[in-house]
Amino acid sequence: MKLMKTLLLATAMVAVAAGAAQAKQLVYCSEASPAHFDPGPLTGGNDFDATSHTIYSRLVEFAPGGTEVTPALAESWEISEDGLEITFHLRPGTKFQTTDYFTPTRDLTAEDVVFSFERQWKEDNAWYAYLEGMTWDYFQGMDMPKYLKEIVAVDDLTVKFVLNEPNAPMLANLAMDFASIVSKEYADKLEAEGNMAAFSTQPVGNGPFQFVDYQLDTVIRYAAFPEYWGGKQPIDDLVFAITTDPSVRAQRLIAGECDIMPYPAPADIATLQADPNLTVMEQEGLNIGYMSYNVTEAPFDNVKVRKALTMAIDKAAIIEAVYQGAGQDAKNLIPPTMWSYDNETAADVYDPEGAKALLAEAGVTELTTDLWAMPVSRPYNPNAQRVAELIQADWAAVGVTANIVTYEWTEYRERGKQTDRKGPFQIGWTGDNGDPDNFFATLFSCAAIGVSNYSMWCNDEFEALIQEAKTTPDQAKRTELYTKAQEIFKAEEPAMTLAHSRVFMPMKKTITGYAMSPLGNHSFKGVDIAE
Amino acid sequence: MSQIQATPTPIKASTGAGFREFWHYFAVNRGAVIGLVVFTLLVLIAIFAPLLAPHSPDQQYRDAILTPPIWDAMGDPRFLLGTDPVGRDMLSRLIHGARYSLFIGLFVVVGALFVGVILGVLAGYFGGWVDAMVMRVMDIILAFPSLLLALVLVAILGPGLFNAMVAIAIVLQPHFARLVRAAVMAEKNREYVMAAKLSGASHIRLMLVTILPNCLGPLIVQATLSFSNAILDAAALGFLGMGAQPPTPEWGTMLATAREFILRAPWVVTFPGLAILITVLAINLIGDGLRDALDPKLKRS
Amino acid sequence: MLNYILRRVALIVPTIIGISLCAFFFVRVLPGDPILAMAGQHGVTPERYEILREQFGYNLPIWQQYFNYLGSVLQGNFGISLATKRPVLTEFMTLFPATIELALVAMIFAVVVGIPAGIFAAVKRGSWFDQVTMGIALTGYSMPIFWWGLLLIIFFSGYLGWTPVSGRIALTFFLRPITGFMLIDTLLYGNWAAFVSALRHLILPAVVLGTIPLAVIARQTRSAMLEVLGEDYVRTARAKGLSPRRVVNVHALRNALIPVITTIGLQVGLLLGGAILTETIFSWPGIGKWMIDSISKRDYVVVQSGLLLIALIVMAVNLLVDVLYAVINPRIRVK
Repeated sequence: MKLMKTLLLATAMVAVAAGAAQAKQLVYCSEASPAHFDPGPLTGGNDFDATSHTIYSRLVEFAPGGTEVTPALAESWEISEDGLEITFHLRPGTKFQTTDYFTPTRDLTAEDVVFSFERQWKEDNAWYAYLEGMTWDYFQGMDMPKYLKEIVAVDDLTVKFVLNEPNAPMLANLAMDFASIVSKEYADKLEAEGNMAAFSTQPVGNGPFQFVDYQLDTVIRYAAFPEYWGGKQPIDDLVFAITTDPSVRAQRLIAGECDIMPYPAPADIATLQADPNLTVMEQEGLNIGYMSYNVTEAPFDNVKVRKALTMAIDKAAIIEAVYQGAGQDAKNLIPPTMWSYDNETAADVYDPEGAKALLAEAGVTELTTDLWAMPVSRPYNPNAQRVAELIQADWAAVGVTANIVTYEWTEYRERGKQTDRKGPFQIGWTGDNGDPDNFFATLFSCAAIGVSNYSMWCNDEFEALIQEAKTTPDQAKRTELYTKAQEIFKAEEPAMTLAHSRVFMPMKKTITGYAMSPLGNHSFKGVDIAE
Repeated sequence: MSQIQATPTPIKASTGAGFREFWHYFAVNRGAVIGLVVFTLLVLIAIFAPLLAPHSPDQQYRDAILTPPIWDAMGDPRFLLGTDPVGRDMLSRLIHGARYSLFIGLFVVVGALFVGVILGVLAGYFGGWVDAMVMRVMDIILAFPSLLLALVLVAILGPGLFNAMVAIAIVLQPHFARLVRAAVMAEKNREYVMAAKLSGASHIRLMLVTILPNCLGPLIVQATLSFSNAILDAAALGFLGMGAQPPTPEWGTMLATAREFILRAPWVVTFPGLAILITVLAINLIGDGLRDALDPKLKRS
Repeated sequence: MLNYILRRVALIVPTIIGISLCAFFFVRVLPGDPILAMAGQHGVTPERYEILREQFGYNLPIWQQYFNYLGSVLQGNFGISLATKRPVLTEFMTLFPATIELALVAMIFAVVVGIPAGIFAAVKRGSWFDQVTMGIALTGYSMPIFWWGLLLIIFFSGYLGWTPVSGRIALTFFLRPITGFMLIDTLLYGNWAAFVSALRHLILPAVVLGTIPLAVIARQTRSAMLEVLGEDYVRTARAKGLSPRRVVNVHALRNALIPVITTIGLQVGLLLGGAILTETIFSWPGIGKWMIDSISKRDYVVVQSGLLLIALIVMAVNLLVDVLYAVINPRIRVK
């Protein structure tokens, strides 16, 4: 019986699909399966592409292809004089998606906004732990519980965020994926049915595309949401074809099995560029690949040793061999596209003789150290193992013996955080929200030691500058503070800043309207296929 | 990866005549002789690798990254088979890689043989609960697909060549245990064993000196098979990133780390694969020859 | 007969307990921390860490954890995936048909090509056909299949463009799974074009996965055939003047196929192992790739229950083969 029903339903669906043969379909060869479809607890870029950028919207959103915060579900907002209250005015008449599993009866209200955050925040909220073992990674990671005092629904279309202290990056935080707005009406329905887990498998939002179907590890299907607040999308069907191997993705694109793909292997870029049917968009990535010295470990506690070891590395060779041209030498911690970037900083020079002299000056003759290499490919460092092999050879030339060590990825980071870790540690970062604070404070503040400050570096002067910048609303003043911070960073060399990678996005020539996001996410809002 | 059942039949005590007879049957098989020649060459290459290799396998020529093989128009006479993504000479790495592959095969076979023979002899000779225990453990190991089990073991022990070899040895060892057990059970009630027993031979002497040499034939065949399986499995683990770690010039690892270049620089992927294929093929040819020569059933026809 | 089967099943019980112990303890000794594996790049607070430890029972003594696990497995609960928060059994059942379909098609390919090749090689022993076939078979048997798969993709999908690169069916077809077997589902929907598409997607992965079984079956068939052809009754039949074809078909073949069937059965575990590599290369959404991904993601629950489920299936298939063998060949029962 059940089989018959499925069969009939499916036949009907095929008929519909056949009838709508003219429907515009865009196939995106995505790099990994999403864990599920609730953006709140998710952490991976691939998770967000499949959820927050398709199904959901936020109060404010980053402009397409930028990091500038623009109105979205909130048409406008005011920040109080003391910087402690942000009041959002919601867009009236905003619809939630109608799917086979849920039909909304009301439009978006302030209640939905309050629910979207309180479920991540208040432990007594029924949804705080609705999936086994879940954590609200970004809500915690962006320190929201520390800054938020309360969120008040003033009326149906007005919602007020009250803060404990002024926080310059807060607005940008609210544009991040974890801050996606969900439907309280849908949540209530599932709670009443005792089927809360479905919230993560049958999503409902008010983003440009609505969820149709997901076949585990294979394909996700979306349809344009006709009543999207920003207008119906030009394409009718959006398909994510999950293809984990980058070379296979490139092959599929060349063979026409998909229209657009992220993260090509550096080795394939030239081939893709040469293909007459394809264009390869490219952009500076908002990222940094670096190698942290443990400044509490001898002899890396000596700034001369750190300088010398950096000097001994042929960064240009690494960028050619590993990034294969898709990277840019990093002289600062933050990438050049970010405001407050200090262009005056002098780039590291490759000088093995100078390095030897400096090591001798520091009294280091025989040095044997571990050299950590990540086991995975990351946008900011496509192949840390290969980087390590190159550094190993460079250091050997100045009399430093390096043993390459690696662990499984979570284990790797866990061990890297230990304050007594031995040896320089390769790692990197992709910006979350385009604010410099997201680099400086997250990676090198004193509070981040044991969390994400892999250099164990706590410099009073640097710390004072970045803390002041965090609470200063004026961008010009902040730029000044961050510039000083970058000078100190360079002088102290707590880490060797290796490269900012360029990000490539190969696609068919017929695709129009795609904007690459510096934040590394992939959104198909406004994308069309030319006939 | 597969099991070719070798019949446990004794070869009579190996004397000069026995060897000549064996060689006679072995040499009939042309493939086996070719295999033996290739394998001998590989062993020589492995032994004399530092002398034969034109470059050090770790030397990075930064000015010659991904140089194609010499017959390509872009080739460089310094690098016969081209260079890899960090400018190391492929030929030199392949030559040194022979050391790893042969060592992996040897280590795994010796390890698996050692453990397998002990367990098999104990189970077969004593029977009863010893037999039941040992055989259940073997059943458990065999119930997991061998590559999957090896993967999990390596994940536990940590990726690396040594751990990969240990994992593969553990996975392959039940085949030896089963073989030896069957042979011992078949032999232990034969007259010559009885005679030895009556003349007061100890358990250990009976097991090792009297019974074991009589199931040598099938063991040798199984060892050859395991040798090639070990090389393939280690390469597969290397390919999945769980075997030897770069910059070790192990063939499977070389293949895995260069996989992204399959379109741009096919030689970095083709040659290591070819090296694995040739080595394994040579060993399997020898294995076939050995089986024919040691299995009297086939001699008849 | 029944007695034999019962004895065989009874023998399996301690093995199953052993397997469950292995799966459980292997995962316990995996380096890393399941709680941290669940958390993202920002980590978890120590308080939350303790709560989660308790929630997952990781604070209990290890033996108690094992018995709790065994208890829930016996109730059909194989745990919840740490990454996707979906029941492991549901994921397994969703992905398993893809692996079975691939393995079956690979096996059919191996049998359909391997058995005739083996028979001809045996009948024409020493001919060029025999030598070439056996040469190819041994090469196939020595093939590192991950490399072989890469070469085939580059040649047939990349260079010639004859076969699709990856996936189970063209994305223009949107068919909700009924059985999960793409070939069957497309037929149930009566969509011929979709069936052809699914078949085209299967060719390369099935050839790669079928390479080693094909080689083994061809070799095994040949040697079984040679052995039977040398037996007295076949010689007698020949001497009686029966046509060589009749001798082969009626007398030799039936007896030669018995060991071949066992070989085929024994290939199942190997196919599941080979599926790990094949699925990784072709991005085939089956359990092999699922296991690899879970090991590298440290999805402890999936690794543990996946190992258990796979081992149970291998055991069940081996049991089935043994029983079938006993049915075909009654001599074995007394042994």
